[in-house]
Amino acid sequence: MPGNKYLIFLGCAVPYRVSAYEISARKVLTKLGVELVEMPEFNCCGLPLDPVSHETMLILAARNIALAEKEALNIITLCPGCAGTLKKVNKILKEDKVLREQINGHLKESGLEFKGTITVKHIAQVLTEDVGIDNIKKAIVKPLTMLKVAEHVGCHLLRPKEYIGFDDPEDPKILRNLIEATGATCLNYIDETECCGAPSVGVSDKMALQLARDKLSHVKLVDAQALITICAFCHIMFDTNELRIEKLFNEVYGIPILHYPQLLGLALGMTPEELAFNELRVNASKLLQQISEGAK
Amino acid sequence: MTENSTPAVKDNMREPIRASEINPKFKYELIKQHGSEKLLKCFQCGTCTSDCPVARYSDSYRPRTILHMAKLGLKDRVLKSDTLWLCAACFTCTDRCPQDVEVASVIRVLRNLAAEEGIFPQVFRDQCESVLESGYAYKIPDLRIKKRDTLGLPPLPKGNPESIKKSLKGVKFMKHMENKGDSNAGQ
Repeated sequence: MPGNKYLIFLGCAVPYRVSAYEISARKVLTKLGVELVEMPEFNCCGLPLDPVSHETMLILAARNIALAEKEALNIITLCPGCAGTLKKVNKILKEDKVLREQINGHLKESGLEFKGTITVKHIAQVLTEDVGIDNIKKAIVKPLTMLKVAEHVGCHLLRPKEYIGFDDPEDPKILRNLIEATGATCLNYIDETECCGAPSVGVSDKMALQLARDKLSHVKLVDAQALITICAFCHIMFDTNELRIEKLFNEVYGIPILHYPQLLGLALGMTPEELAFNELRVNASKLLQQISEGAK
Repeated sequence: MTENSTPAVKDNMREPIRASEINPKFKYELIKQHGSEKLLKCFQCGTCTSDCPVARYSDSYRPRTILHMAKLGLKDRVLKSDTLWLCAACFTCTDRCPQDVEVASVIRVLRNLAAEEGIFPQVFRDQCESVLESGYAYKIPDLRIKKRDTLGLPPLPKGNPESIKKSLKGVKFMKHMENKGDSNAGQ
């Protein structure tokens, strides 16, 4: 299979609410020589329904993998939830023949079959393993050395370790290295690897907001100029809810939440307009001003 | 989003235990399920609860308690507990368990069993309905789909609901998608 050619699996959250992530990701990947092919058809990865039906999750995930196998291409995802689910199911069904037959029984009527011939990677993994940190550094035209930012990696990019199989969930380096490749400084802060709260939305919104608030307050403590995410749900949780959290807890954060490809795109010489900065809820104009002043 | 805060969660975990509630074989049912095979290895150290970000803010959600009650065989009480639905699935407990019990997966197995009995929060019904109607977990507005073109994005592939429904035939949970009158937890 060709090295830098991937089927792009968008999942549901990205087309539903975070077009800035998709726009910026497609631009930086193309610029760095990763060829993206559209999936002719796909469905929800299955993760949202795992709590109520593991079997449904397995079938939905296997269906997507089987669709990708037909195209004979590996999958790249933007959402760690999708990546985690598809990776996990890919591993389970490759190893467990009995379960594979059972799931294939469900897919058969639609003319699909899970064979176990492809792999699944998240964009952070493709940038690190396929493009390579050194090649990213070589492509940087506007180093962001004036920036001090914080990272939020997100749970499903790292855990459970047994299925994800890269980086260290206790002390992750993947996003940190990618941020530092742009020239920006990546600050340390308390509970960096903790959950954003997004999965609790709809079950207990207050709980979800409390978790997000915890993170924002820790990020503020180290004076980060922005928080960098690489997950659709984490981004929604922080960007969409920051104003709500400020109101609810009577606090002020004013921390712009950027999708990592937006940060990388700036360093690659793209404009904020090209990278859909206008789609962000938390105004990033001050940050952009700091960048242009710092570049002088 | 609706406002459904934590204090409203029904906490039936601390009432005194009656011997008649105990189903001693429940744990053997659980260890046959994918994800909770290692439940019996749990020695109640409490690492899961102490590292749980949700337990920090919830008065009732304690993964250690849930696992212990499941092992004791308090099946009905665990499956009917609203607190079961508070887990954020961050998998910290799973990665840190010194006994390799996949704690988050045990919680998921218990949720699945509750869901089979028709006890689950509305949000999952909405998402499942959406998957069955469009293939996607969220109802993506037509306007959003049309806007992709002006944003310079390729068209969103169409989901294939008919094929998805065929694939999900025979899945136990699907019976609840035909019957909308079931009781909901976590509301």
